[in-house]
Order: sequence, then structure tokens, then C-alpha cells
Amino acid sequence: MSNNNYIALIPLLPFASFVLLGLFGKKYFNKLSGIIGTTSLLASCVLSLYAAYTYFFVFGKVNAVYQKFEVLKFSWLQFSTTTSIDMGLLLDPISMMMVVVVTFVSLMVHIFSLGYMKGEERFATYYAFLSLFTFSMLGLVLSTNIFQIYIFWELVGVSSYLLIGFYFTKASAIAASKKAFVVTRFADLGFLIGILILGFHAETLDFNTLISTLTNPQSAQFLSITSASFFGITALTWALVLVFIGGAGKSAMFPLHIWLPDAMEGPTPVSALIHAATMVVAGVFLVARLFPVFALDVTALDAVTYTGLISAVIAAIIACTQTDIKRVLAYSTMSQIGFMMFALGISKIGGEEGLGYMASMFHLFTHAFFKSLLFLGAGAVIHLVHSNEMKDMGGLRKLMPITHITFLIACLAISGIPPFAGFFSKEEILLAASNSNKLVFYVALITSALTAFYMFRLYFSIFWNKESQAHSEHGEGTLTMKIPLIILGICTLAVGFVPFSELVTNNGIGFHSHIDYLFSITPVTLSLISIFVASVLYKKQNLEPEIISKSLGKFYTSAQKKFFVDEVYLFITHKFIYTLIAKPTAWFDKNIVDGLMNLMAETTAKISELIKGVQSGKVQNYALYFFAGIAALAILFIYILK
Amino acid sequence: MNQITITHILFVSTALFFIGMYGLFTRRNMITMLMSVELILNSVNINFVAFNKYLYPQNLDGIFFTIFIITIAAAEAAVAISIIINLYRSHQSIDVDDASEMKY
Repeated sequence: MSNNNYIALIPLLPFASFVLLGLFGKKYFNKLSGIIGTTSLLASCVLSLYAAYTYFFVFGKVNAVYQKFEVLKFSWLQFSTTTSIDMGLLLDPISMMMVVVVTFVSLMVHIFSLGYMKGEERFATYYAFLSLFTFSMLGLVLSTNIFQIYIFWELVGVSSYLLIGFYFTKASAIAASKKAFVVTRFADLGFLIGILILGFHAETLDFNTLISTLTNPQSAQFLSITSASFFGITALTWALVLVFIGGAGKSAMFPLHIWLPDAMEGPTPVSALIHAATMVVAGVFLVARLFPVFALDVTALDAVTYTGLISAVIAAIIACTQTDIKRVLAYSTMSQIGFMMFALGISKIGGEEGLGYMASMFHLFTHAFFKSLLFLGAGAVIHLVHSNEMKDMGGLRKLMPITHITFLIACLAISGIPPFAGFFSKEEILLAASNSNKLVFYVALITSALTAFYMFRLYFSIFWNKESQAHSEHGEGTLTMKIPLIILGICTLAVGFVPFSELVTNNGIGFHSHIDYLFSITPVTLSLISIFVASVLYKKQNLEPEIISKSLGKFYTSAQKKFFVDEVYLFITHKFIYTLIAKPTAWFDKNIVDGLMNLMAETTAKISELIKGVQSGKVQNYALYFFAGIAALAILFIYILK
Repeated sequence: MNQITITHILFVSTALFFIGMYGLFTRRNMITMLMSVELILNSVNINFVAFNKYLYPQNLDGIFFTIFIITIAAAEAAVAISIIINLYRSHQSIDVDDASEMKY
């Protein structure tokens, strides 16, 4: 194995840019900071492409199996001779794949933002936050142990919070950033407890050791974690489900998804980077990282499967009814992540057996490209129209040809039309589902048809429908906004042909996957029908959509209101948590805790009030006390103590 | 004619001590108070000399202490008088009751 220490530069370059821009950017080179951030990301991206290339094709494979390498590992906190928290870089197929995705999408977003955020007062701060996010995300995917991943996990949460609340003068942005932080933080509590249970039983936090000890059914650690139980459920299940709750919070899985649509308050390129391509798939990545452990426990895998499935369906239905284009994309992201989740849940260990795992990672990979393309396209549209609402758009295809073409490519990709990227990954997911669980398969099939429908509803509403009312002041946008769209468009066409199954599998042994054309007829036909329906309803302005939505009645309104999940949360937090927990706690704090302190202070004040007369300020009184004291001592020693 | 015993001398010094104390407590004038303190110190001096003379005639410790106390009393008088002068400058008075800012 050659010297791979340079890989540490991939996360450290964005970090350096964060420090530089964060400390000095705004004051000294506000205009230049975009160039600085982009340059460091470009270097990082080139390095990561090189690293991935050498890993996959030069040194990664030993005896036809992709190995896991740990680079630059050192112990950061040494608790005892056996337990320590380490820091290091873990190189394996999924981390290399994620590094490429993160740096590439981040680079595209950096370039796009040069045009999109031009003239912002806090331009340097924006780039500093983007760099911080990229650093944390890279640290997350390269983590060698579960505690290191937790640290970076929180860091991406913080940078997401900072970027959602970037326009902090807007009340809705502040509320959204707070909501995102609180919801994911609540989920992370589960994650932390899960880590502690896993670490306690496995006696290690290190991924490689953890997986190798727990997958060995004879090991003492395995026996300990499976025999310990709480409420009749084994510690292993508890730990995995709790870890999954953390992942579900970050990945916006039902019912912890409520923060994601609101997170669209942030600048659109941020949504493309964080809330579409990278951070929200952290949950999928976490489950994939611990997959050999998850595979030990059927209950945990079922939890993953059905959470993913429910999220995919619900999000797809809600996406059909939303009118804010970024919210449609947000729900579509949630739906696609649901696909990745249940694909992991139905997977098994092994090459062909682990088709679901491979398909999930493949979908994560392709989704990152076409979804960031969709968001950047939406960003370009919003930049032109100055509105997020569909009704303000329409007929934009003549005004913005490049955005139109690339958006169409991305829509076709997400709908699973060959030969675009989404087709390949989605087919693998559906194939894996039909091989293992028919229920999951049929639901996924319907969801994927719905996906095609709502994406083309979006597409036609933006680019066709009525004649354009928008007049373009600055054309389609700057060159820096067009280039990322074109590059991502090309990628969306190309990445489907990556021989993914030979590179990324859960046991490191590649296999040759082939598209089963007979199988893919059904989903592709369904998608085409959906696209046709969408084109009938939305290509020209007509009354049909309204009539249909009216005929659906209550179901439509409840979907439009996002199935009242937010209201349920509000109800629970207000009626139960607020009145039953928060209010009594506040009362206790105000009256008992503060009261105790006040009592002490008041008692002291009273006593001093009583005895302050001694401090009369009269010298002769003091002299009298002095002599009286001496006399008392004299009497004490002479007569009493003898 | 009886000889002067230690009791006589101690009687004198005790009288001196309490006269000093009385002066210290009743006079409001700081110079008078300073003089009263000197009286107290001198009563102690008399005690030292008397004990030295009657109990340990072969030693000189009591005499040494007396000399020390006289020296310190001189230094202390200098300090006290400078305090009194400063007090007079700031309060236009050397009455202790006028300088009562330091009370609670």
C-alpha cells in the first residue's frame, strides 16, 4: 500500500479555507472569498478523484476483495489501556465514493454560488460556512470510529443550522433553522445512547473492530450484547434502533422529517448541497457503515425498511400537492432517501445477496448528481423569477434554455427513464425489492410512478404551462451559474454507466450486475404513463388539476397540509410537553431552585441588618471591643482554664 | 519605714493603665487620645522594669523590651500625628466622631 497520507488534505483544505474566510474574509477580502473557497474545494476535489481512482483501481483490491485501510490513525482521548477514542481516516469503497460525491457536489455548489450569491453582504461568511460544512461532511464519511462520526455528525448539524438561518433577518428562516437543529438534535440523543450501548457491549468504538467482534457469534462481546435485554428486547436491537433514530433524524425519515421542508428557507445552493446531496444521506451512510451489525438483527432491519418505505410514500404523495418548488424538491429528496433506506433494509450480507446494499449506495451516488442539479436549476429559476411559487412561473423554457434542458435531464433521471442515471440505480432497488419482499416492491413501484408524476408536474409548471410573465433583467444568470448546471447534466447522463456493483458492495467483493430488461418494462412504462398524465394536466393551462384535486376532497387537502404531522408535533409539544413537563419544570425552577437561592440571600441580608450596628464608625467603640476582648481572654485563661 | 515592694509599683502601673484607658474612651480629641495611649504604653514599661528588677535581677530582658517599646512609641507617635494632620486637612477637625464615614 502506497503512502496515502495526502488524503488528510481532502478534508483539511476546506477547513483551512473556513478558518481563513471565517476570521479575515469579511474584513479584508469579501469579494475574493468566493474564489478562495472555490479554489480550495477544487484542489480538494481533484485530490479526492485521484484518491478514489487509486483506491478503486490501484491499491484497494487485495485478492479481489476491496480492503479497509486506516490512515493516520492516532488516539485522541485515552481512557484506559484498552479504551480510547481515536481519530483517523478510513478508506473503503463507500467512504471513497462519498468523498467523491461530497467534494464534487460541493465544488459545483461553490461555483454556482459565485453567481447566485453575488453582491451579498455576508458573502465571505457564506463561503466560510460552506467550507465548514464540506470539512465536517468529509470528516464524517472518513471517520474510523463511531465517536468520531458523532463529532462530525454534530458539526454538519451546526453548519446546516448556520446556513439555513443565513438570512437571519427573516423570521421564518430563524424558525426553520431552530426547528432543524432541535429536531435533529433530538434524534441525535438516540444516536448517542445507541453509541454508548454498542460501545459498552462491544468494548470498542472502532468500526472495524466493532464489526469483526460483533459478527463473530462466538465472541464474548456478541454474547453479551445479545443476552442483555431491556423490556424484553435485546441490547443489540435497542442499540441499532437508537442509532437508526439518529440517522433517521438527519435523513429526514418519517416522523422526524418535519425540519427538511422548512430548511428550504436557506439559500438554494445550500439546499442543493446539504439538504439534497450530502448531509441528508448521512443517515443512509451510517446504516451502510454499520450494515454488517444491522444485518445481525432482523428487527432493526425491519425498522429501517418500513421507516424508509413509509417516508418514501408519504413524501411522494405530499410532493404532488405542494406549490413551492423547493418544497416539492425537498419532499422528493425525502422520498428518494426513503428508497435508499428500504433498499438497505431488505439487503443481506454478500455480493449478489447484498444487491439492496449496492443499489442503495448506487442510488445515493446518482441521486446526489441529479438532485443537486434539480436544486441548482430551481435556484437559477428563483434567481430569475424572485419567487418560489409555481404560479409565478410558467413558460420559462425560452428565457432559460440551458436550465430548461438540464432540468429536463434531471427530471428524466429521477423518474427512472433510461438511459439516465436514476434508471440504473432505481431498477436495482426495485429488483432487490422484488427478490426479497413483494409488499415493499409494489409500494416502491407506485412511489416511483408518483415520483415521475410530481417531477413532471414541477417541470411543466415551471417551463411550459402559461406564457411567461417574467421579464429577464439579467438573462439566465452568470456563466458561473450555467457551468455547474451543464457539468452536472453531463454527469447525470454518465454516472449511470459506472460499473458500481463491481466497486461498492458490503463485503468488498464486486459482482457483475446486469439490467434485466424484461423486469424494467413495468416501472419504466408506469413512469412514462405518469409523465404523460402530468403533461396532459400541466403542459397547458387548464382547469383539470383543480377539478381532480377537488374530487379527491379531504385526502387532497390533508396531503397539501402535509398530513398534519407538524400539527401533531405542535399538539404534542404544546399540550403534553409544554403543560405537563415544561410548565411544572419552569415553576420548580422559578420557585424552588431560585427560591432557595433567594432565601439564602435574604437570610444573610437580614442577619447583617441585625448586626451592622457593630460597625458604628466610632473609633472608641472599636477600642472598647478590643479591650473587652482582651479582658475576656484574660479572664478565660486566668480563672476558667487555669 | 517599709520598703517599696513590687505590689506598690504594680499598683502605680495599673492605675496608670486605667487612667489611660479612661482617657482613650472618653476624650473625643485625637491628640488627647494619643496621649492616653502613651500612658498605657508607659504603664506597661513600668511593669517590665519592675518585674525585671524584682524577679530576675540578673537578666536585662525587661529593660530591653522597655527600650523597644519607647522606640516604637516614638515612631507610632509620628504616624499618629501625621494621621491627625491629614484628618484635620480633610475634615477641618480632630474630633474622632467627625470621622465616621467608615460605618456601615
